[in-house]
Amino acid sequence: MKLLRNVILAACMGLGLASCGDRERATDVAAREGILMMGNGSEPKGLDPHLVTGVPENKIISALLEGLISYHPTDDLKPEPGMAESWESNDDYTVWTFHLRDAKWSNGDPVRAGDFAYSWQRILTPALGAEYAPMLYVIKGAQAFHNGETKDFSTVGVKVIDDKTLQVTLEGPTPYFLNMLKHYSFFPVNPRVVEENGGMADRASRWSTFENYVGNGPFVLKEWVTNQVIRVEPNPTYWDAGTVKLKGIEFYPVENAATEETMFRGGRLHMTNTVQPDKIPIFKEKMPNELKIEPYLGTYFYRVNVTRPPFDNPKVREALAVSFDKQLLVDKVTKGGQAPATGYVPAGIPGYETSDKVKYDPELGRKLLAEAGYPGGKGFPKAEILINTSEAHRKIAEAMQAMWKQNLGIDVGIYNQEWKVYLDSQSNLDYDISRSAWIGDYVHPSTFIDMFTTGNGNNDTGWSNPQYDRLVAQAQVAQSEEERLGLLREAENLLLTDLPIVPVYWYTRVYLKDPRVQGWYPKLLDNHPYKYVSINAE
Amino acid sequence: MAKFITLRFLQGILVLLGIYAVTFFLVAATPGSPFSSERAIQPEILAQIEAFYGYDKPTSERFIASLGNILHGDFGPSAVYANRSVTDIIAESFPVSLKLGSISLAIALLLGIPAGIIAAVKKNTWLDYVPMSTAMAGICLPTFVMGPLLALVFGLIFAVLPVAGWFGPEFVVLPSATLGLYYAAYFARLTRGGMLEMLNQDWVRTARAKGVPERTIVWKHCLKGGLIPAITFLGPALAGIISGSFVVETIFQVPGLGQWFVKGALNRDDFLILGLTVLFASLIVLMNLLVDIAQVALNPRLKYD
Repeated sequence: MKLLRNVILAACMGLGLASCGDRERATDVAAREGILMMGNGSEPKGLDPHLVTGVPENKIISALLEGLISYHPTDDLKPEPGMAESWESNDDYTVWTFHLRDAKWSNGDPVRAGDFAYSWQRILTPALGAEYAPMLYVIKGAQAFHNGETKDFSTVGVKVIDDKTLQVTLEGPTPYFLNMLKHYSFFPVNPRVVEENGGMADRASRWSTFENYVGNGPFVLKEWVTNQVIRVEPNPTYWDAGTVKLKGIEFYPVENAATEETMFRGGRLHMTNTVQPDKIPIFKEKMPNELKIEPYLGTYFYRVNVTRPPFDNPKVREALAVSFDKQLLVDKVTKGGQAPATGYVPAGIPGYETSDKVKYDPELGRKLLAEAGYPGGKGFPKAEILINTSEAHRKIAEAMQAMWKQNLGIDVGIYNQEWKVYLDSQSNLDYDISRSAWIGDYVHPSTFIDMFTTGNGNNDTGWSNPQYDRLVAQAQVAQSEEERLGLLREAENLLLTDLPIVPVYWYTRVYLKDPRVQGWYPKLLDNHPYKYVSINAE
Repeated sequence: MAKFITLRFLQGILVLLGIYAVTFFLVAATPGSPFSSERAIQPEILAQIEAFYGYDKPTSERFIASLGNILHGDFGPSAVYANRSVTDIIAESFPVSLKLGSISLAIALLLGIPAGIIAAVKKNTWLDYVPMSTAMAGICLPTFVMGPLLALVFGLIFAVLPVAGWFGPEFVVLPSATLGLYYAAYFARLTRGGMLEMLNQDWVRTARAKGVPERTIVWKHCLKGGLIPAITFLGPALAGIISGSFVVETIFQVPGLGQWFVKGALNRDDFLILGLTVLFASLIVLMNLLVDIAQVALNPRLKYD
């Protein structure tokens, strides 16, 4: 080995590669300099908070921009002051007043209350075509403005009292509004810069390119090489610049989990975005200090098309839901410490009782299937599970297929479609059973429950239950948080009785983290305020 | 010769037009849309987005408009990557692919062709068996095995080269070696085959009988003809290598064109798919033209016509 190594070294020197040999790893150099190197999934589709919808984008944008309320480093619910220094609401949480601090944009402009009004008008402008605009429907009149019923933004409940005071009137009592404000769809953009680059409604605006980007967050863009790296450095004009510990963050868009792992082990990343499921047991044994498995606010489930027989029969759906061993599935197939989903809303939301309604009970499953007219699976029509093309989804589907065969005696097939085609099939109800998942936008059960109301664009099951719709509507105007959570819990119970979905597991975030990275805590939505993160040299 | 080139050039333009039309209508007929998303988009919002990219017009109208744009060198915006145009994307990634491709090709030619010649001249000796078995293994060992293997050995075990990324000269070594070795194997086998065919010709026997030295036979009489199979392969190889190898780019995190081919298709980024197809097709057409010219130059039995 030693000889071979010397030969290779000699060959490298012969090739004039000065950097060969026992050099310091890139992560060591970066750690000494206070720079964090992160795997970030994929190349961001953009960095305009009003146009993007993805997780990799969110991770970068939250370094560059800051909303009224910011993320707390450890507590998912606690509002951390951001651009707003203080805030208050009236008694029924329908009118909120935010007092802005003295803060500056990275180009030196002051951040004014009017900037938020401009930004929210921008995301709600129909011509911009912002996908996340419905997040703002919580604001009074926002939906009507967004649907083009009025062109007058003064009808929307956003009022600039003065440069430092913003008053927001909501559609109904919303105590969790502060949590929603942490989402990037509520983030501000600099109106002057947007206007100089094509104006409010220009989808192709170049304000968010590397050259033009102006933010108000703890970091500013330093370099953006497509498909390679995005580097940010501390923003000297940030109001809390003294707290920022890192000297920079490098976001690497590594899509391939195997490459990401090699980069982590080869000293090119302090943190990965993900870990290959098959490798988790190995890392558990060999790198227990690096491997992180943390709860994440998401549910993996199967949608069932209730408009197609035999799935129009609730007994059939329940039989499917109780006849596979979730524990076995997460232990042997997904392996990432996921929790078997006995309900729909993931565990871990403070104040909300997690459902344990859907448990593994093959005996009950067989009984229900027999009652539905398919004793022992006899006469059950051939059904198919639709998945989007991915090895991980296929493995899960195969496990389900085997367990349903064993427990119920029914045969289901599996077929895959490319992502965009799969999305089309799902929304056109062109499937029997479809693999699905949902990640919360904010920490509240409503981000999961609201979508299964009648005709909701994300329902995609054909299921409709007037009582459910009523409960959700009541929850939206409930006078107390306790009452609201109770109503949502009741709605979830109804969903789990009718079962247009088969809950599978609750997500975890599985990643590798260099122990030198400090101030990075488990968060349900994986939002980490970078200003508190630091890295040790040793 | 000028007439030959002009004619082939015009043919190439026709081929490109055909490819463009077929791709356009295939993409348009594919289910799914660049704008569909996991979170349902309201129909009104979707209509706004579609109008922005011209999707509210009938397919035939869009085809004519986009063809007009392309003829002006404008490939349109990316339908998925906000504020980036297809031209931006190509301008950023093409030079990377060109660099990776040309270095890999140099490795392939420098290793493959001499190995093939030696193997042919020293047929059925260890100088034939060793390089040819290695080449066979090289062809059989796909890049997705070779790449991680090289990364493991040189990046993790010996830690002499970076495992992934594209920042300095040392980052080029592993990806270009992976890609280069694979093509070297092909060139070696093609060269050996071509050379053997030449060396078995009657006139070679005659030359040998007349006492022409072996060196002259190989270098002066056989080499030109023996290289023809390799040269023929050079065209597609060059285009393929330059337009990027998705696998190698993914393994080594190289920001080249190959990744965009796959991303474009998976995202249903129609403009990007079309732009890249035109680029790739043009490369093939151009390379084939160059190869044809080279073949005639090497083979006196062929004529420009």
